[in-house]
Amino acid sequence: MERTGIDLWVGMFVVAGVAALVMLAMKVGNLGTYNVSDAYKVHAYFANVGGLKATASIKSAGVLVGRVESITLDTERYEAKVVMSIDKRYQFSRDTIGKILTSGLLGEQYIGLDAGGDTEMLKDGEQLKMTQSAMVLEDLVGKFLYSKAEEPAK
Amino acid sequence: MPAAKTIRAIGHRTINAVWRIGMATRFFFLILMYSGSSFRRFHLIIKELFSTGVMSLIIIVVAGLFVGMVLGLQGYETLKRYGSESALGVMVALGLVRELGPVVAALLFASRAGSAMTAEIGLMKATEQISAMEMMAVHPIARIVAPRFWAGIISMPLLAALFSAVGVFGGYFVGVVQIGVDEGSFWAQMQAAVDFEHDILNGVIKSFVFGTAVTVIALFEGYDAPPTAEGVSGATTRTVVTSSLAILMLDFILTAMMFGGS
Repeated sequence: MERTGIDLWVGMFVVAGVAALVMLAMKVGNLGTYNVSDAYKVHAYFANVGGLKATASIKSAGVLVGRVESITLDTERYEAKVVMSIDKRYQFSRDTIGKILTSGLLGEQYIGLDAGGDTEMLKDGEQLKMTQSAMVLEDLVGKFLYSKAEEPAK
Repeated sequence: MPAAKTIRAIGHRTINAVWRIGMATRFFFLILMYSGSSFRRFHLIIKELFSTGVMSLIIIVVAGLFVGMVLGLQGYETLKRYGSESALGVMVALGLVRELGPVVAALLFASRAGSAMTAEIGLMKATEQISAMEMMAVHPIARIVAPRFWAGIISMPLLAALFSAVGVFGGYFVGVVQIGVDEGSFWAQMQAAVDFEHDILNGVIKSFVFGTAVTVIALFEGYDAPPTAEGVSGATTRTVVTSSLAILMLDFILTAMMFGGS
């Protein structure tokens, strides 16, 4: 084959391959959807994080506002310390409540933020004071059994 | 003493295997050493890109489409039991980007392009073209081997990316267009679950490693082949077998390093 023909085909091949990579990054991956470069960090303590993982999403009113940065056990309080990075565009009041919720019945866990009424906003490095831990199935079953036992026998 | 004979045979085979691994490693470094001149004559690499990359396009695209479609069908059948058909996009995309894209593309590449490389170089050696080159003071590794090596390394990640991209569309076609999974949740859940660095970049790294392994094995087998018809055919077979096994073993190691324990 002619040299220019080969050049053309190889050029098309390389362009198609790079286009496939870009398409994977943008359309399949999360590069086109969310960027954590401009974010501030807050942390919160949870009695139990359940199945929450680092990089789990943080949502407020169902909108993705950030990602979980890290989860560690604080050995002074024996509670899980969750560091969250939240997009700078979204400011939350200082009495915001953080809850660990589950998307769907078997879905993955995420942190839901319920905004409060405080006029002061959370700043980088501050702590969410009010949290609600993850639901643990064994605890729920235990509560259910206790409440059943307390009911008067029919 | 039959026992001593068996042990001697084992020893002989082991020494042979280690010797070949050592030769292949030396060969690899020789290629890297002589790569400079092949970059100065880039049209040689482009010519090889045509025969390894462009000629593999059709098999890669068609295979990717069908693998994606099968993933869509099978994934739907399984996910339906748990009422989570909306996670079909996640399953198809993660399966392709992390594993099937790099691995299947590399296996196809080994049998489509790797075997051709081995046969070509083996035949060049059998017809004494390589010795002729040496006599003309042209280093055969710089002129023949290095361009093929770089062409393989460049084309493998591109082919794997094409395989994954086409496969995602195959899964989309079966899942959304044919079966009727919700289109929004197909793409949205996929985008939420697939991470650029953790999934896509690691897949590219995998295909890069596989491309290196396949081309080095193919070129070494060709260069090392006995200069007879039988020798070349045996070398071609060995290329496909060895590189397929190498891909699968490397895949396990890389997967354990990238995704294990997280």
